[in-house]
Amino acid sequence: MHELSVAIGIVNIAEKETQKANKSKVELIELEIGSLSGVELDSLEYVWEAAVKGSVLESAEKKINFIEAQANCLECEQVFKVEKVYDSCPKCNSYFKDIIKGKELRVVSLEVS
Amino acid sequence: MCGVCGCGNEDGKATISKPNQNHDHGHDHNHQHDHNHDHNHGHHHKTVIELERDILQQNNVDAARNRGFFEAKNIFTLNLVSSPGSGKTSILEKTLKDLKSEQDFYVIEGDQQTMNDANRIDALDIPVVQVNTGKGCHLESDMIYDAVKQLQPKENSILMIENVGNLVCPSMFDLGENKRVVIISITEGEDKPIKYPDMFHTADVCIINKMDLLPHLNFDLKKLKDYALQVNHHLEFFEVSATTGQGMAQWYDWLKKEKAEDR
Repeated sequence: MHELSVAIGIVNIAEKETQKANKSKVELIELEIGSLSGVELDSLEYVWEAAVKGSVLESAEKKINFIEAQANCLECEQVFKVEKVYDSCPKCNSYFKDIIKGKELRVVSLEVS
Repeated sequence: MCGVCGCGNEDGKATISKPNQNHDHGHDHNHQHDHNHDHNHGHHHKTVIELERDILQQNNVDAARNRGFFEAKNIFTLNLVSSPGSGKTSILEKTLKDLKSEQDFYVIEGDQQTMNDANRIDALDIPVVQVNTGKGCHLESDMIYDAVKQLQPKENSILMIENVGNLVCPSMFDLGENKRVVIISITEGEDKPIKYPDMFHTADVCIINKMDLLPHLNFDLKKLKDYALQVNHHLEFFEVSATTGQGMAQWYDWLKKEKAEDR
């Protein structure tokens, strides 16, 4: 359950930034999570409440921008949607590809008060 | 959903709030005031902080610090990952036994509980530190930083980090290693690489262990490699048996070559 580590990472970032801005709590946190980031959204939901308890995020609303993965085929340069890291190119069937989107795991912004 | 204005989350999921809990979201409601004296509304001014910050940034920063230390000391570091029971510790023991006369080794052992693995390494007179992660399912780079401070590895040595037996979580956490080595044994399924693609995707080397059991099993070695290469076409394979020593020489050659090139 590495999602707990991820959630605690989010809490640490929020705590630090809220303190830096001289504010006391986060109203809204916006996250960006790619489909190949390695984070299961359900697992993150599951640990969220426990992770944010007593922190500046305790009552924050959380907005998640989920990003579908995309790859660029290294053989034929076709750009295609990837569900799994081992998906092949739909045009030429090659497994050689660059994943260009979908690995995101970011805190985009915080609204603090 | 907000009881005052009916706003909801964009993902369509309801926000469930307890009674008397503050209603927090990104907009204000107008308060109607029919009187004209000043009082404290208790409203704070809201500020938006644009961050675009990687959530694993702290781990990555700590990993970079470890990597810098290893580089300065010319320490070649491996992160050994696998499911529990694939033979990580046995491969490590065999490697240390066979190479310790020609090369300084240090070991960091990661497990949720017990000193068992550290005791096995200690029995070979190799300096070792055990990290018990408790409920944690993987090692993180700050644990390696603390472990290295205790271990005090010498210059020009090889540091082996045996991660917690888990094919999922350790894949996301850079420890500052030079190379990541994933170990799979042929008593597991051929489809492990596509069942747990993240680990195989982030590894540099794949050691296939328990090769001495091949005649007794229905294991399709080619299928395993095909699956692994679909996930990561850079993977380099070694087929070994830590028990019989079969194939270990090729693994040692790789280790020595990489150590020499790291200089």
